[in-house]
Amino acid sequence: MKPRFPKDGRFGEFGGKYIPETLVPAIEELEENYLKFKNDKSFKKELNYYLTEYAGRPTPLYFAKNLTEKIGGAKIYLKREDLLHGGAHKINNTLGQALLAKRMKKKRIIAETGAGQHGVATAMACACLGLTSEVYMGYKDTIRQKLNVYRMNLLGSKVHPVKSGSQTLKDAINEAIRDWITNVKDTYYLLGSAVGPHPYPVMVRDFQSVIGTEIIQQMKKINKKNPDIVIACVGGGSNAIGTFYPLIDSDTEIIGVEAAGKGLKTEYHSATLSAGSKGVLHGMMTYLLQDKEGQIKETHSISAGLDYPGVGPEHAFLKDANRVKYRSATDKEVIDAFLLLTRTEGIIPALESSHAIAEAIKIARSKPKSESIVVTLSGRGDKDVEVVEEYVRNIKNSR
Amino acid sequence: MSGTSRIRDKFLELDSKNEKALITYTMVGYPNEKDTLTVIRGLIKGGADIIELGFPFSDPLADGRVIQNASMMSLDKGANLGQFFRLVRKIRQESNIPLVLMTYTNILYHQNYEKFFKEIKNAGIDGVITPDMTIEESKEYLKAARNNTIDTIFLVSPNTDKKRLEKIIRQTTGFLYLVAVYGTTGIQNKIQQYTVDALKNTKKAANRKIPVGIGFGISTPDDARYFVKQGADAVIVGSALIKLVEKTPPSKLEKTIIEFTKKLKNTTKVS
Repeated sequence: MKPRFPKDGRFGEFGGKYIPETLVPAIEELEENYLKFKNDKSFKKELNYYLTEYAGRPTPLYFAKNLTEKIGGAKIYLKREDLLHGGAHKINNTLGQALLAKRMKKKRIIAETGAGQHGVATAMACACLGLTSEVYMGYKDTIRQKLNVYRMNLLGSKVHPVKSGSQTLKDAINEAIRDWITNVKDTYYLLGSAVGPHPYPVMVRDFQSVIGTEIIQQMKKINKKNPDIVIACVGGGSNAIGTFYPLIDSDTEIIGVEAAGKGLKTEYHSATLSAGSKGVLHGMMTYLLQDKEGQIKETHSISAGLDYPGVGPEHAFLKDANRVKYRSATDKEVIDAFLLLTRTEGIIPALESSHAIAEAIKIARSKPKSESIVVTLSGRGDKDVEVVEEYVRNIKNSR
Repeated sequence: MSGTSRIRDKFLELDSKNEKALITYTMVGYPNEKDTLTVIRGLIKGGADIIELGFPFSDPLADGRVIQNASMMSLDKGANLGQFFRLVRKIRQESNIPLVLMTYTNILYHQNYEKFFKEIKNAGIDGVITPDMTIEESKEYLKAARNNTIDTIFLVSPNTDKKRLEKIIRQTTGFLYLVAVYGTTGIQNKIQQYTVDALKNTKKAANRKIPVGIGFGISTPDDARYFVKQGADAVIVGSALIKLVEKTPPSKLEKTIIEFTKKLKNTTKVS
């Protein structure tokens, strides 16, 4: 059931390494070093130090009492990754990979970013550890998330707006890969989600698994058992796989939530697992949103961080194995969830995380009060207030 | 290998004339459906030995700016596989030149390797180049190619070590494609020493069993002449041709392509 470190880099039929030959030695070097350091005592100690002292782990598991009462059903707990340094779960992975890059003696770090959260987390980890970083970001995303562009600049990172293709996350990944091919010897590609060629999906999952591991420990203290249900949003799927992976062998019901945008029946969504088909993109075999000839489709989501036509290969595997249920939330449901959480709990969630909140709101009512639902609140929503304001204003105007 | 291979026969023929191969790349649907054929006619008349037909993919991660833009333009104008098959059939009515399809894994996988290789073989394609297909992932791909006598042209890079080179060569038919630079496709300013070393090492590993073509960044007759002198069995020119198509008015297209191709071809005649 649980492919821990698949030797051929595959989760069942998904994953693998479909990459230009120039990257093969770099990917092999990465895999070798990751395997060497992941169980290395001093590496683990150093990572743990930064996760605790710099990033702010462990994050609280907060009982959302007001939200629970408002809905009237199962207890809703929030795993507060939004309280981490930088405001999102991304720092778990960037600290891990930046420390690895340092041990591999790579001085130049490149990364891609969608909403800008991974870019910011990369810029922070690199500033903290004395590495230089350059971040590729879709031109459209640089506009809708301009605050994050400014943050990256302040942190000393160079942001390259990507004007090719759909000018969003997928194109930023293409451009980062092209940079890596060109500067393969001295550059470390710090991928931000559980996607890409092996070993990235495994490595990112492992660095993010601290989320699920803490949830298990914290729920044990609160309830003396695992949560009945966990929910996380899925774009590439790093916060989700980090939440799910430690619980895969348990009885916990696991739900991933994709972006249904304007609806799964429209062309405007990013729900890869719910509506996609198998294919190869960015070095991996996975589910993709593609047309009848295998051209990758442009996606839509109100949250830039979920606006991606692929998904981590382990999610594709977990879907086909029926271990995880993948559902979706529309932009409207997401805005409603965003507003509800903000007003009931005084917590402004990222629009990405609001997809998971929306699912919790949908199902909590029908569950008994004795049950517990843990929602991973992967990031905070300060970056999204403008988008929300505009959405709400447009709805008012159209009435 | 069973069956005949136009590619292998071409290299044998050139060898007997003491010539190296000129391989030219052009993109299906670029600058439009009609003029793709004009470009190909120009390439054939100018003396190209093998033609690579690039089929556009939405996410061409091994390609530089020139081919990226051509891919996007071609897709925007509605390039599709129906158009590709029409084009191949038209070329086959006029010429026996070896034709190689160059595209990304997803296009081939999406069609089903076995079914698609059968169809392209029937249409007249001789080989495939897939820059994001590694030997590790190639089991089904190779099986389908062998079943349909499609040559599998794998790429190697200056950082490919000897052991891996030998592994890749074992799965390669037609010719081996040496990527000249650390980088994507496109025009380079100067020839690097590491490229010259890589060519030497690759030739040595190929051990005359398989021809070695060199591409990525070869854009002028001088570049081509240099690599022929350094022992390349074939020189591959892509982005420079796409650029030429980009800036040439349709009325002069065939003539311009013929002239440039002739200049390139002349460099491959060793004696």
